[in-house]
Amino acid sequence: MLLHDYIPILILAGLAAAFAIGTVLLSFLIGPRKSGDGKLDPYECGMPPEGDPRERFNVKFFLVAMVFVIFDIEIVFLFLWAVIFQQLGVYGLLEMAVFIGILIMAFAYVWKKGVLEWASRTNSST
Amino acid sequence: MTELSLAIYAAVRIGVIFSAVMTVVAFLPWIERKLIGRFQQRFGPYRVGPHGILQPIADSIKLVFKEDIIPNNADRVLFVLAPTLALITAVMNLAVIPFGPTFELFGISFGAVQVADVNVGILYIFGFASLGVYSLFLAGWSSGNKYSLLGGLRSSAQMFSYELSLGLSVVTVLMAVGDFKLSEIVLSQEGGFWNWWIVSPKWFVIPGLLGFFLLLVSAFAETNRLPFDLPEAETELVAGYHTEYSSMKFAMFFMAEYINMIVASSIVTTLFLGGWHAPLPYEPFVLAPGWMWFAAKVFVLLFLFIWVRATLPRFRYDQLMNFGWKFMLPLALFNIFLAACCLLLADRFAL
Repeated sequence: MLLHDYIPILILAGLAAAFAIGTVLLSFLIGPRKSGDGKLDPYECGMPPEGDPRERFNVKFFLVAMVFVIFDIEIVFLFLWAVIFQQLGVYGLLEMAVFIGILIMAFAYVWKKGVLEWASRTNSST
Repeated sequence: MTELSLAIYAAVRIGVIFSAVMTVVAFLPWIERKLIGRFQQRFGPYRVGPHGILQPIADSIKLVFKEDIIPNNADRVLFVLAPTLALITAVMNLAVIPFGPTFELFGISFGAVQVADVNVGILYIFGFASLGVYSLFLAGWSSGNKYSLLGGLRSSAQMFSYELSLGLSVVTVLMAVGDFKLSEIVLSQEGGFWNWWIVSPKWFVIPGLLGFFLLLVSAFAETNRLPFDLPEAETELVAGYHTEYSSMKFAMFFMAEYINMIVASSIVTTLFLGGWHAPLPYEPFVLAPGWMWFAAKVFVLLFLFIWVRATLPRFRYDQLMNFGWKFMLPLALFNIFLAACCLLLADRFAL
């Protein structure tokens, strides 16, 4: 019974894939193809491209990703807790308060360490 | 019912919903340009067809006949995969949205106006919304262009950050309803706007309003709309992650963005604005079919998307991240406790 619910989703997935791939193929088949000097260079406002296009980027993006993972797992727990919250009552709320409290301490540490500061003077490119 | 008849009914529903949404997606850019024009005291598109209504068709025909460029530096497989993924994930999100109650035509019941009423509704939406991040990042990475890479990085960091407050804002509704199923969430808001979750958590109002605000702002950020359109900030990054894209691949990113706007509006409608319920449970209001109310609410929210775009300037990137982490996230956590206390109080005094 449960799997029956997912048959329409499979059909929609097929439709979505067909639509997306069809659109890509359409422009690939219909569009003109003319070669030109520098046409396939990466766009840098008309100047000849300079340096490595996949240059090193700020470590903060990794830090944010890590903090995100921690909080995302928290949200997964919160979701399950929320669904049975009415049955758990005050006890459930206190339990969750302890759990969130620990996470908030971690969050305060991250905040204090400056992981969330994007406009620091030491970094020039964000 | 046999599986074959199930599949046929599903195919009919998918056909109707998919074509309806794609029609809206086709004309949404026209509506947006027209409205932005009015906001800026000009007419907007006016030449193609009456009041420029055929403009989207002309644009798409033009895009199909444009050259499909894959730059030298690009990772060819990922470069093609990125827009495909963007479009597929956007369309897949339409599957669980409850557009309306059971629909009857000529005495035949076609079931609810919803592709599939799965029991993990909300989680499904979050799953595919998260997959959408891949498409932006892959686009940025595979293009082999500095601007694209920065745009892709920025967009992934931005969408991570706002996904947190998005998830947390939904928790307030889940606490009140106790079910992931979107149709259940809509049914729980029956009987007048005072039962919608924007007002309710059993009439203490504030948690609902805050949750609505948090969800709306996060939805703006997740769909990369102004004032959060940093991934494609024209003044700094040319066009961000889709700088190198041309022809229909470029159009696919735009289609995905507009579908995501519709999905986001639908989610806000479903969770906080009563879904397909009429605002007042009395005669003239309840006569209109549910999907009309749903569409009306979605269009009001879409108008809001455009209105905000015309009103607010773009955030600076550090402002954006600060706002997400230092304002939205603590506020969302606080709101969950507020909602929990309100619900427990309401339960205690049996309001």
